[in-house]
Amino acid sequence: MVERVSPLGEAFRPGTYGNLAEGPGVTLTEATPAAIAEASAFPGSTEPLLAAIETVTGLSLPATPGAGAVGDGAAVFAIGPGRYLVSGAEGLSASLQAAVALDIGTVTDLSHGRAALRIAGPRAEWVLAKLFALDFSPAAFPVGEGRATAHHDVFAHIQRTGGDQFDIYVFRSFARAFWQELCAAAEETGYEVG
Amino acid sequence: MLIPCPHCGPRDVSEFSYQGDATRTRPDPASTDMKAWHDYVYNRPNPAGPHREYWQHAGGCRVHLLLTRDTLTHEVQAVAFARAGLNEGAGKP
Ligand SMILES: [Zn+2]
Repeated sequence: MVERVSPLGEAFRPGTYGNLAEGPGVTLTEATPAAIAEASAFPGSTEPLLAAIETVTGLSLPATPGAGAVGDGAAVFAIGPGRYLVSGAEGLSASLQAAVALDIGTVTDLSHGRAALRIAGPRAEWVLAKLFALDFSPAAFPVGEGRATAHHDVFAHIQRTGGDQFDIYVFRSFARAFWQELCAAAEETGYEVG
Repeated sequence: MLIPCPHCGPRDVSEFSYQGDATRTRPDPASTDMKAWHDYVYNRPNPAGPHREYWQHAGGCRVHLLLTRDTLTHEVQAVAFARAGLNEGAGKP
């Protein structure tokens, strides 16, 4: 296994920054899991694909747009009709490939192609709302659900992984630039990198 | 201009890319009718009003959509997945 290095490099600087008058409003971390895969269903096979994802991750979700689930050591959410981003431990992609029959769909390992950046804290919704034209309120974007969107052509797959926590999956080659963008957006609320 | 993606809900037009006029029909590939091919490739009615067109939600779920859009007001009067099978049970946006 080729060892991955963080795409953030020297842009990742632990500490507290920005307006700290009310303490850091958000915490920014890299949350790239050991394995990331996209599982796609052939037409009409979304249900059996979801069953295979559940077999591997233990996470069940409905075949509705934006659906997702977060568990111990695994997460999954819809990124398009019949398409799911699955993250988890080492070996996830091989397990998915074994579980998804050839006539159900395909599994693509993206572990070396994506980075996950995590924003958490009481001002997380506010900071993200500056970057994306999405409704981040808990009613519109409940825990576990996912959204596929873009910030100035930087594609982003976003999952709410906690009450005030979001994981943002971006292409690795955009990760450092997007990280710096995230830091700049969080200057106003103050942020902690850790 | 907002496009109400059936999967993602209403999103800004900047997330979409135009994929062309959906009113055209391609001549039989074996056809040598040059006028029919010329019309298919080059001639557009450019209506001022409702127009059927393909868009891709490139900066989102990446599906192709079939829209009826008013070219005067940018009002999207109808939207569906271009792949007909996806329109069954599309569920909430
Ligand atoms: Zn969409």
